[in-house]
Amino acid sequence: MAKIIVVTSGKGGVGKTTSSAAISTGLALRGHKTVVIDFDVGLRNLDLIMGCERRVVYDFVNVINKEASLKQALIKDKRTEGLFILPASQTRDKDALTYEGVEAVLDELAQDFDYIICDSPAGIEQGAQMALYFAEEAIVVTNPEVSSVRDSDRILGILQSKSRMAEQGKSVKEHLLLTRYNPSRVASAEMLSVADVEEILAIPLLGVIPESEAVLKASNQGAPVILDEESEAGQAYSDAVARLLGEDVEHRFLEQQKKGFLQRLLGGK
Amino acid sequence: MGILDYLLKKNKPTSSASVAKERLQIIVAHERSNRGQPDYLPLMQQEILEVIRKYVDIEQDQVSVQVDNEDDCSVLELNITLPDAK
Ligand SMILES: Nc1ncnc2c1ncn2[C@@H]1O[C@H](COP(=O)(O)OP(=O)(O)O)[C@@H](O)[C@H]1O
Ligand SMILES: [Mg+2]
Repeated sequence: MAKIIVVTSGKGGVGKTTSSAAISTGLALRGHKTVVIDFDVGLRNLDLIMGCERRVVYDFVNVINKEASLKQALIKDKRTEGLFILPASQTRDKDALTYEGVEAVLDELAQDFDYIICDSPAGIEQGAQMALYFAEEAIVVTNPEVSSVRDSDRILGILQSKSRMAEQGKSVKEHLLLTRYNPSRVASAEMLSVADVEEILAIPLLGVIPESEAVLKASNQGAPVILDEESEAGQAYSDAVARLLGEDVEHRFLEQQKKGFLQRLLGGK
Repeated sequence: MGILDYLLKKNKPTSSASVAKERLQIIVAHERSNRGQPDYLPLMQQEILEVIRKYVDIEQDQVSVQVDNEDDCSVLELNITLPDAK
């Protein structure tokens, strides 16, 4: 049986798609057969980040409407063994997804895969609720910034009341993924720290992904940033995947890298 | 960070991040307490506020309305803070 994990946030542009691509790739690299589904109907983007945009023939909505089989619509990742992508449709409206339709697709995928990663659209309405409804675990992507933290808290409220787990009297396992973190701005007290966000949202920390140029480079190339093993963001995503699998890995990249003038003057190495 | 910046920062009473944190803690606590409340509540709160305002001058945040569900009954809790009598 597959584990269904939603990558969600409320606010747009915080790094859900970047994280979905990196984490699904990381899971597959560790030998778990994984499928990543783009729930952002009308605004397909996961295909670009995964670098498979030219191989999209059928999409999620085609499968739900039985215009294509799952086998026809799934795209096998060219770089990573055991990784598949189910793209969103580019043209249809948001109401194209139905709970029954999505459930049937997830049930079929669950027979074949270890992990199903759902890349949620932004917002807290229908589309986002559809993406999180069937999830057993949720990765709440948050930027250290007021509106993102507030929206994450609202999404947590929805996970706790409107998910299938909640309806069954169970709870979705929640993980905080803090992205676009800038340690030097935290050091100068311009940006909320990891501890601040943890204190406000009060859910376990899965990882902290630093703000990194490697992310833009990765999206330009259509290769998930986790494959850039030299980059801090790539390494931070690898650590997060390890934690998701239950490993106890220490957090890195929380501190400022370059020493300031004063610190050097005072003899720091 | 230069020395001057460093000294200036030290003198600043509250950092930008701590203001953000404080505001977030307040709004998040407020929104959490409103969760699971009936949909009609905000409108009802507004109407109650308007009725009171016919008689006393009060601010938006001086009226709070909440529904508490206990076992088999619901309690509508209405809290109104009136300004000091002059
Ligand atoms: N750690 C990061 N460092 C720098 N840029 C990032 C980082 N994470 C995401 N971004 C950038 O932020 C933008 C939004 O990311 P995306 O994953 O599409 O967000 P969402 O899916 O939540 O809308 C993209 O331009 C992406 O390259
Ligand atoms: Mg996205």
